Amino acid sequence: MSNYQLDARNSLCPMPVIKTQNKVNELEIGDTLEVTCTDPGALSDIPAWCRINGHQIIDSSENNGIVVIKIRVGE
Amino acid sequence: MSTPRKAVALISGGLDSLLAARLMLEQGIHVEGINFYTGFCVEGHTHAIRKKDKKKPKRNNALWSAEQLGIKLHILDIIDEYKDVVINPKHGYGANMNPCLDCKIFMVGKAKQWMEENGFDFIITGEVVGQRPMSQRKDLLPVVVRESGVDDLLLRPLCAQNLEPTLPEREGWVDRDKLLDFHGRNRKPQMALAKEFGFEDYASPAGGCCFLTDKSYSSKLVDLWQARDKKEYELDDIMLLKVGRHIRPAPHYKLIVSREDGENKFLNGYRKQFSTIEIKSHNGPLTLVDGVLSDEDAIQAARIAARFSQGREEESVTVKVTRLNGNESMLDVLPMPPSEIKKEWYV
Repeated sequence: MSNYQLDARNSLCPMPVIKTQNKVNELEIGDTLEVTCTDPGALSDIPAWCRINGHQIIDSSENNGIVVIKIRVGE
Repeated sequence: MSTPRKAVALISGGLDSLLAARLMLEQGIHVEGINFYTGFCVEGHTHAIRKKDKKKPKRNNALWSAEQLGIKLHILDIIDEYKDVVINPKHGYGANMNPCLDCKIFMVGKAKQWMEENGFDFIITGEVVGQRPMSQRKDLLPVVVRESGVDDLLLRPLCAQNLEPTLPEREGWVDRDKLLDFHGRNRKPQMALAKEFGFEDYASPAGGCCFLTDKSYSSKLVDLWQARDKKEYELDDIMLLKVGRHIRPAPHYKLIVSREDGENKFLNGYRKQFSTIEIKSHNGPLTLVDGVLSDEDAIQAARIAARFSQGREEESVTVKVTRLNGNESMLDVLPMPPSEIKKEWYV
């Protein structure tokens, strides 16, 4: 299992979701991915995308306009 | 027990595609959704740039639909491929710059490609005969089938009984008798079906999902092409058309003046790509300059920007102009009175 990071700052939804989706598709089950965004919409959209596609949100936060979401890749 | 047939549903985030996918699930079909991002999609988040819209819930309607349905959703970035649809639509534009028929042909063609690559059996859409003037006219539905190359693998569950049986119906993968015969612009049948399925809070039935159907947005796109003397665009161009007041005082430059704090923050992300005008002596908007300013233009542009600041009634407002090469100059200007800002400058 490996940990990865994705910079999706300065792009508006749904681009952070698309970037997350494309990165997750390259990863293995159990890997983690930390996504950094600036669109606050990512706080609802990336978890929604994870829920419907079987991935787990480990953590999410927003601080000074920076959104960080950590995902564990599911099946 | 046989493996269920697999359908890929075009999920726009609107009610019709939600209902069409649900009808297939009712018949035991394995459904997954695809949603296309063209760059022109009307998303809650684009609106959410503006503070006045921040009370609206932030959600992506396609994701919301998929979650209601309990299906996977694949969002496809088609920004680059879609340019040819917008720039050279074979079937022309609708009331504005919306190439709806070409768009539908393109999306169904992409869905067919996705279906083949992912081992799915057929495609479903939420189209309803006669509902839309351009892409859903009965005489044009066969054009979508023919030009997309989808043949008889495109099933429209909401109006299938008004159309010739498709392969999934003929082969018995789906029961045609359980498909519907909706037609025309009346939305009541869809709303009743939504109620029956327990769908609430779905996206506005009449709501368009594409900025190209918007008159004001289309005017800005045409202006962009005219100013560049070329029909072309990048993603940043079309994103910026959604934000701010667009004012073109001369053919060689345009101002994008933010309307409030949310837009200020958004435009701030473009500082490295544009000359900028900032109001220093008062609260005021950030303005991007699309084009090259002479010294005389800079004064005119600064006066216009000052007009939208809190110093609009003052004799003098201090403005910082930062050129793309990094050169900065401070100007003290008289805000331009509204009567001098010509109506035709507003794009």
